[in-house]
Amino acid sequence: MNSYAQKRGFLATLWDYLTTVDHKKIAILYLVAGGFFFVLGGIEALLIRVQLAVPNNDFMSADMFNQVMTMHGTTMIFLAAMPLLFALMNAVLPLQIGARDVAFPFINALGFWLFLFGGIFLNLSWFLGGAPDAGWTSYASLSLASEGKRIDFYTLGLQISGFGTLMAGINFIVTIINMRTTGMTYMRMPMFTWTTFVACSLILFAFPPLTISIFFLIFDRLFGAQFFNVDMGGNTIIWEHLFWIFGHPEVYILVLPAFGIFSEVISTFSRKRLFGYASMVFATVLIGFLGFMVWAHHMFTTGLGPIANAIFAVATMAIAVPTGIKIFNWLLTMWGGSIKLTTPMLYAVAFIPSFVIGGVTGIMNAASVADYQYHDTYFVVGHFHYVILGGVVFAVLAGLHFYWPKMFGTMLNETLGKITFWLFLIGFHLTFFVQHFLGLMGMPRRTFTFLEGQGLETGNYISSIGSVLMAVASVILVINIIITSVKNKKVGNDPWGDGRTLEWSISSPPPYYNFKQLPLVRSIDAYWHEKMEGRKEMPPAEPLGDIHMPNPSFIPFMISFGLFIAAFGAMYRPDYSWGLPVLIGGLVITFGSMLVRSLKDDLGTYIKKEELDDDKGVKA
Amino acid sequence: MKRFTRWRLSLLLVIMAFILSGCGEPYLSSLRPAGEVAKKQFHLMLLSTAIMVLVILVVTTLFVIVLIRFRRKDDRIPEQVEGSHKLEVIWTVIPIILILILALPTVKATLALGNMSGMEDEDAVVVNVRASLYWWEFEYPNEGIVTSQELVVPTDEKIFFNLTASDVKHSFWVPALGGTLDTNTDNVNTFWLQIDSDAAEEAGNLFYGKCAELCGPSHALMDSKVRAVSRDEYDRWIKGMKAAKEPQKPETALAKKGEEIFNEKGCISCHAVTSANSTIEAARIGPNLTDFGERAYVVGILQNNKEELKKWLKNPESVKPANKMTGTYEELTEEELDALAEYLLSLKVTE
Ligand code: HEC
Ligand SMILES: [Cu+2]
Ligand SMILES: [Cu+2]
Repeated sequence: MNSYAQKRGFLATLWDYLTTVDHKKIAILYLVAGGFFFVLGGIEALLIRVQLAVPNNDFMSADMFNQVMTMHGTTMIFLAAMPLLFALMNAVLPLQIGARDVAFPFINALGFWLFLFGGIFLNLSWFLGGAPDAGWTSYASLSLASEGKRIDFYTLGLQISGFGTLMAGINFIVTIINMRTTGMTYMRMPMFTWTTFVACSLILFAFPPLTISIFFLIFDRLFGAQFFNVDMGGNTIIWEHLFWIFGHPEVYILVLPAFGIFSEVISTFSRKRLFGYASMVFATVLIGFLGFMVWAHHMFTTGLGPIANAIFAVATMAIAVPTGIKIFNWLLTMWGGSIKLTTPMLYAVAFIPSFVIGGVTGIMNAASVADYQYHDTYFVVGHFHYVILGGVVFAVLAGLHFYWPKMFGTMLNETLGKITFWLFLIGFHLTFFVQHFLGLMGMPRRTFTFLEGQGLETGNYISSIGSVLMAVASVILVINIIITSVKNKKVGNDPWGDGRTLEWSISSPPPYYNFKQLPLVRSIDAYWHEKMEGRKEMPPAEPLGDIHMPNPSFIPFMISFGLFIAAFGAMYRPDYSWGLPVLIGGLVITFGSMLVRSLKDDLGTYIKKEELDDDKGVKA
Repeated sequence: MKRFTRWRLSLLLVIMAFILSGCGEPYLSSLRPAGEVAKKQFHLMLLSTAIMVLVILVVTTLFVIVLIRFRRKDDRIPEQVEGSHKLEVIWTVIPIILILILALPTVKATLALGNMSGMEDEDAVVVNVRASLYWWEFEYPNEGIVTSQELVVPTDEKIFFNLTASDVKHSFWVPALGGTLDTNTDNVNTFWLQIDSDAAEEAGNLFYGKCAELCGPSHALMDSKVRAVSRDEYDRWIKGMKAAKEPQKPETALAKKGEEIFNEKGCISCHAVTSANSTIEAARIGPNLTDFGERAYVVGILQNNKEELKKWLKNPESVKPANKMTGTYEELTEEELDALAEYLLSLKVTE
C-alpha cells in the first residue's frame, strides 16, 4: 500500500483508475465520463436550436436532425444524467451511512465499465453509417423501418449500459441495507441516502422491462424474430407499454436522488434539520410506488380507450400530493432558518419554483383529454425539460459544487459558480418557457423545421437564444473547474462550515478506507448533533483495528470489453461472415473473465492497525 | 370564504382565456378552439392552468417571504424544528381537494370524447384516415369515395373517424379542431370531431393538421388540411366526387398531353384519378388526385399553383426529404412539366 504515498506517473495513475474498486475513484470516473457525455448531449442540443432558430432552415438535413435529436435525448438520459447522479451517489453515499465502501466494490467497478462501453458503442454509430434516428423512445414500427445499423447501435449500446445501471442499482440497495454503521437506523439516514435507496429500488424493477423490450428489438432486427412485425402477428403497442413501464419510473429514478441532494443542500445552508423528515421519507416511498402505476399517461393518444385513459389520468394526478408535500417541507425547512446563498443553495432555491412549473404542467398533462392537445408537441418538450433540467440538472450542478470539496479537497470558485448559475437559470427559462406555447400553437415535437407564417417564428427564436446562454454557462463552469484544479487550495473536513451528516466529519478527500474507526450515530444529522454537543469528531463505534479492503481488479474492464466486442459481432453477423466468430469471441472474453473471477480466490488485503496510527503513511 | 375562492378562480379563468386566446393562428392553434372537442379540451386546459397558477402563486409567495426574511444575518443557530402535523395535514389535504376539482371534469370529458354513439347511423359522416409516409388518405366508406391530403367535411355536425397507418406509426392532429390520436399499424382507432361554422369562417374554412408522431425525415412536413364547408357545399362536393368514377376528360390540348404523360410515365400506377374506393388499400400507393385542382396545397405544404406544383414534380426530394415519390419516374422535361401541371390543375369535381 505504500505505493499510494509515492508520486506516480501517468501510466500508473491510468492503471490505478482502470482497476480501481474504490467508490471514491469510481465516482470520479462516473463524473468524468458523465460530464463528457453531458457536453456531447449539450452540443447536440445547440445544433437542434440552431436548426430551429428560423423557419425553413437548412443548417441540417432532416435525416441528420433526426439523428442529432435522437442522440441528444438518449445521451442526456442514459449517458449523462444517470452517470452524473451515480457519481454523486458513489462519492457521498457510503460516507453518509458510515461505511468503508459499497457492499460489492467489484460490481461497482463493473457497473461503471459496462455503462462506459455501452455509451462508447452507441456513439461510435456517428462514424459507422449514422446514429440512431427513431427518437430516444425508439417506437417499434419506426425503429424496425429504420435502415442500416443505426437502431442496432441504440439497442446493443443501451443493453450493455443498462446492465451496468442495474448492477449499480442493486449494489446501492444492498449497501444501504447492510453497510450502515452502528446507530444509523433507517429513520436516521440522510435524505440523499433515502432517495437513492428508493431510486435504486425503482431501477431494480424498471430496468428489466427495458432489457426485455430491447432484447425483442435486437432479435427482431438481427435474428429474424417477429415480436413487433404486425404483418407476422407481432404487435408494436407492446413496445410502447414495455418502454414506458421503464420510462416513467426512469423519471423518478432521476428526480428522486435530485430531491435528496436538494434536501441536503437546503437543510445545510438553512442551518436547520429537514422539516417533516418522516413525511419526506413517506412521500419518497409513495412517489416511487405510484411511479409504477402511471406509465400509460404517455400513451393517452395510443388508443387504449376512455376507461383506461380516465384511470391513468387520476392515478397520475395523485402523484402531485406527495410531491407537494416535499415542496412545502423544503419551504418550511428554510422558514425560520438562517439562509446562506452559496452556489449550491442558489441552485436549490431556484429549483423550487422551476420544478413547481414542471410539476404543474405535469398535472396539466395528466388531464387526459387536454393531453390529447399536448401530446407529442412542444408543450411536452417544455414540460419534461422543466422537470429534468429544473430538477435533475440543477441538482447535479448543486451537488457538484456542494460535494466538490469532499471529492477533490478543494472548493470551486464561488463567484464563477454564481455567474454560471445566473446564466444557466435565465437561459433555461428563456429556452423552455416559450416551448409550452409553441406546442399549444400547433408545433409538434421532433420536427426538423417549421414553416413560415404559422405564428411559430418568435417563440422558436427566443428559445434558441436561451440555449446559447446555457452553453455559455457551461463553458464558465468548465473554466471554473480548471482554475480550481490548478490552484488546488486544500480545505478541511467541513469546508462549508454547516455540514450535518457523516461525510463532513472526515477529511476532504477522505482516506481510501474512509473511516479509521466506524462512527457511532446517535441522532439524525449525526455530525451536527455532535458539533452542537461541543465535540469535533464522531464518537467511534469500534476500537481501532485492522481494516479489510478489497484488491483492485482489471476483470470488470475485461468483462465489459468482451460485451463491447460481442455487440459488434452480433450487429454485423447478418452481413459479414466474421460477425459470428467475433460475437462468440467477445462472449468468451466476458464469460472467461467471469470464470477467472469465480475460480481465483481474492481475499483482499488488510491495513494494519500500526499503519493507521501513522496516519500520514496511508493518506490517499 | 368559499364564495371568495370561487370568485377568484373564475376571474383567473377569464383573464387566462383572454390571454391565451390571443395566441397562435385561428387555423392552427389549440388555443383558438373551433369546435366542440377542441373547446372541451380548451376548457380543461383553462381549469387546470387556473388551479396550477394558484399553486404557483402560493409557493412563490412563501418562497419570496422566506428569501427575504430568513437570510443569514448573524451566527445564531436556528431552532431545529422537527415538523408540524397540522401543517403537514393541511398541505396534504388541500392538494387532494384541488386534484379532485380537476379529476372529476377530466374523467367526464374523457368519457364524453370517447363516446362514439351515432357512428353506425346510415347518414353519419364517417371518414377512414390512413396515414402513410408522408401523406394522408381520407376514405368515405358510406359514400364509397376516396380523397387525399385535404379532408372535406360539413360544419356543425359530428364527424366520425377511423384511423390507421400503412407503414409506420403517425398521429392525426388538427389542433384547432381537437387533440391528436395515433394512427397505429396494429389496429383502428376511433374518435370524433365537430366544427363550428363561425370559427370555420374565421379560419378561412381551412384548418391545418400536423403529424404528431415522429415517422421519419419528413415528419415535420407531413401536414394535412381540413376544408370545413356548409352542408350544402359538402353535398355538392360529394355529388361531384361520386360522379368522378371515370377519368375526367381534359379540355385543353396541353392538358390532354399532360394526361398522356401521366399515364406513360407511370404516375397512374401510384395515383388514382378516379374517386372510387374499390381498389384495395395496399394498391393506393400515392395520394388520390381526383379533385387535386381544388386543393389549396400540394403535398400539404406548397401553395397549389403551377410554379409550386412543377417544383414538386421536378424534384420532390427538395420539398420533402425521403418521400416515397422521389426517383420513381424518369426525369421530366420543362414541356412535360407544363403539360402535367396543366392536366393536374384541371382535375376538379365541383365545377
Ligand atoms: C411510387 C409511387 C409514385 C409515383 C410513380 C408517382 N408518385 Fe406522385 N406521389 C406519391 C406519393 C407517395 C406522394 C405523397 C408525397 C408526400 O406527401 O410525402 C405523391 C404526391 C404527389 C402529388 C401531390 C398530391 C397532393 O395532393 O398533395 C402529385 C401532384 C403527384 N404526386 C404527381 C405525380 C406525377 C405527375 C407522377 C408521375 C410523373 C407521380 N406523382 C408519380 C407516389 C408516387
Ligand atoms: Cu411519465
Ligand atoms: Cu410524423
